[in-house]
Amino acid sequence: MNKINTIHSRFVPLQEENVDTDQIIPARFLKATTRDGFGKNLFRDWRYHNDNELEPKQDFILNDASYSGQILVAGKNFGCGSSREHAAWAIKDYGFLVVVSSFFADIFKNNALNNGLLPIKVSEAFLASIFALDKEATLSVSLENQTITIDATGAVETFEINAYKKTCLLNGYDDIDYLISNKAAIENFEKNRV
Amino acid sequence: MGKTLFEKIWDTHIVQEVTDGPSVLYIDKHFIHEVTSPQAFKGIEDRGISIFRPSQIVATADHNVPTLNQHLPITDALSRFQVDTLIENCKKHGIELYGLGHEHQGIVHVIGPELGITQPGMTIVCGDSHTSTHGAFGTIAFGIGTSEVEMVFASQCLLQTKPKLMRINIEGTLGKGVVSKDIILYIIAKISASGATGYFVEYAGSAVRALSMEARMTICNMSIEMGARGGLIAPDQTTFDYIKGKTFAPAGAAWDTALAYWQTLYSEADAAFDVELTIDAAAIEPMITYGTNPGLGIGITKNVPTAADMQDEGEQKNLEKALQYMGLAAGQSLIGMPVQHVFIGSCTNSRIEDLRLVASLVKGKTKHPNVQVMIVPGSQKVAKQVVQEGLDIIFKEAGFEIRQAGCSACLGMNEDKVPAGQYCVSTSNRNFEGRQGAGARTLLASPLTAAASAVTGVITDVRTLL
Repeated sequence: MNKINTIHSRFVPLQEENVDTDQIIPARFLKATTRDGFGKNLFRDWRYHNDNELEPKQDFILNDASYSGQILVAGKNFGCGSSREHAAWAIKDYGFLVVVSSFFADIFKNNALNNGLLPIKVSEAFLASIFALDKEATLSVSLENQTITIDATGAVETFEINAYKKTCLLNGYDDIDYLISNKAAIENFEKNRV
Repeated sequence: MGKTLFEKIWDTHIVQEVTDGPSVLYIDKHFIHEVTSPQAFKGIEDRGISIFRPSQIVATADHNVPTLNQHLPITDALSRFQVDTLIENCKKHGIELYGLGHEHQGIVHVIGPELGITQPGMTIVCGDSHTSTHGAFGTIAFGIGTSEVEMVFASQCLLQTKPKLMRINIEGTLGKGVVSKDIILYIIAKISASGATGYFVEYAGSAVRALSMEARMTICNMSIEMGARGGLIAPDQTTFDYIKGKTFAPAGAAWDTALAYWQTLYSEADAAFDVELTIDAAAIEPMITYGTNPGLGIGITKNVPTAADMQDEGEQKNLEKALQYMGLAAGQSLIGMPVQHVFIGSCTNSRIEDLRLVASLVKGKTKHPNVQVMIVPGSQKVAKQVVQEGLDIIFKEAGFEIRQAGCSACLGMNEDKVPAGQYCVSTSNRNFEGRQGAGARTLLASPLTAAASAVTGVITDVRTLL
């Protein structure tokens, strides 16, 4: 897995709440058997009319070339609904490394963390102040310090992340390495069960 | 202080605590299906490791299978390849597969319980958010992503942080025409689509105790729709009676041992919950959703909310967007509105009891000519039982189409889709934009309300037909 530490980037503001994983990647794209290539179908039905790449929906943020960056900023309850990890794969494959919201659905958050995509939960007020920025503005993220900063104003907010997950992301470790290293304990547990 | 039901199960499945991190949680049963497993198998193979406990995994094909002509090769090439990949992976790794054509095949959350694989006190996971269904048996059951599927393949464990606990007590007696789907839609409408995020929910109270296992599964199934990781109900005599004699249920002395343990699985009187709610069962009407998340639901006699009913500007914007997608107006009544489709199926409401409910209402009636009605049984077993009980004749005479088992139009992965702009009263679990097909407009409701609307061709308060 990729390592994450500091990211300094512009951002793409998606001012929608309750963005569900069916919107992030519609079910018809889940027929793949690999993890690759989901980015082109990210938000497919919000991006295009009639499922046609030649008919982009002009008012959708991903179709506005004046926005760019490695940080996706969205309204509360991001990633609700289906457990499809394809949602995290699509966001990552599109080129985002960080998703900022005031509230994440549980399964999406885990899926993101397991794929080197950093979910940052901020306060409603901080989220509103990011949405109020102009499109050239940049954000700086430090996983080490657990901070997200609006560069133009210097406004900083700290975010929470489980210490174990933080270590994993900083070093590019995944849970399987850890679990496999504990096989003896797992076998022992199985033997001693009533 | 006594333990909650959740804590009793959780504590006996902890292999190890991780300092400042999640615990290593042992998983008893792992269900897999064709859509969220291929990348996990690939991951295991790329690491050069084998599956740790293949005998604790059960596979089926459900999400991406046709519901017609299942004896023929799947025509969609990508779907066929995905289903074939599951077959190959299961063969290679020694995993039991109930694939197309197998008598045990069906929606993963229907077959686990009906085969007696799902048993109280277990930890159960599956790469599907509706895994919470199995909680109806007093299990810790929750949906996971594909990376987590790979973790369970590798170690039969997951790294998990203990969730907060919520108890929802539903007390009293349900009114006429009100069923368990209405209970859960009522709860989600009350606490919102994110109201239980971070929690595991125990459902309790006299109204829950009075429910059948099928009805309890419907409630636990939709726990995820309010953000909860899972939901669970303490097992009782109803649970034990349901399990006894099932294909994989313990028998003989093993039954007695299991039963003695299962009978200890309840929250102690002085157990503490982070949040506790009580709901009056008598206050619940037949429910229907009007919006694009399962929290946007109302009692069927109520009007669609207006901006003035919303708490803040964000909610107002969400309402406006949802109503625009749904082609509905704020303040309108839904009763009497024409619908074009009725879908009866999904892991929420495709069990034999659901289909009996539908049959009880439509017996001797026919569907409205403008409505297409599709019944998709949850499993081969349910489909067989429909015929054994003669429900198929009632459905055929009513003009309902009966399909073969699968997830079908719940998620629109196969051909079973609702056309853009058309309305579908659906017994499934999600009314998200495009869920049942691009542009499709889904109204979630109970099997009774769906059946009533199929007969009248318009959204109907089922109580007027009883």
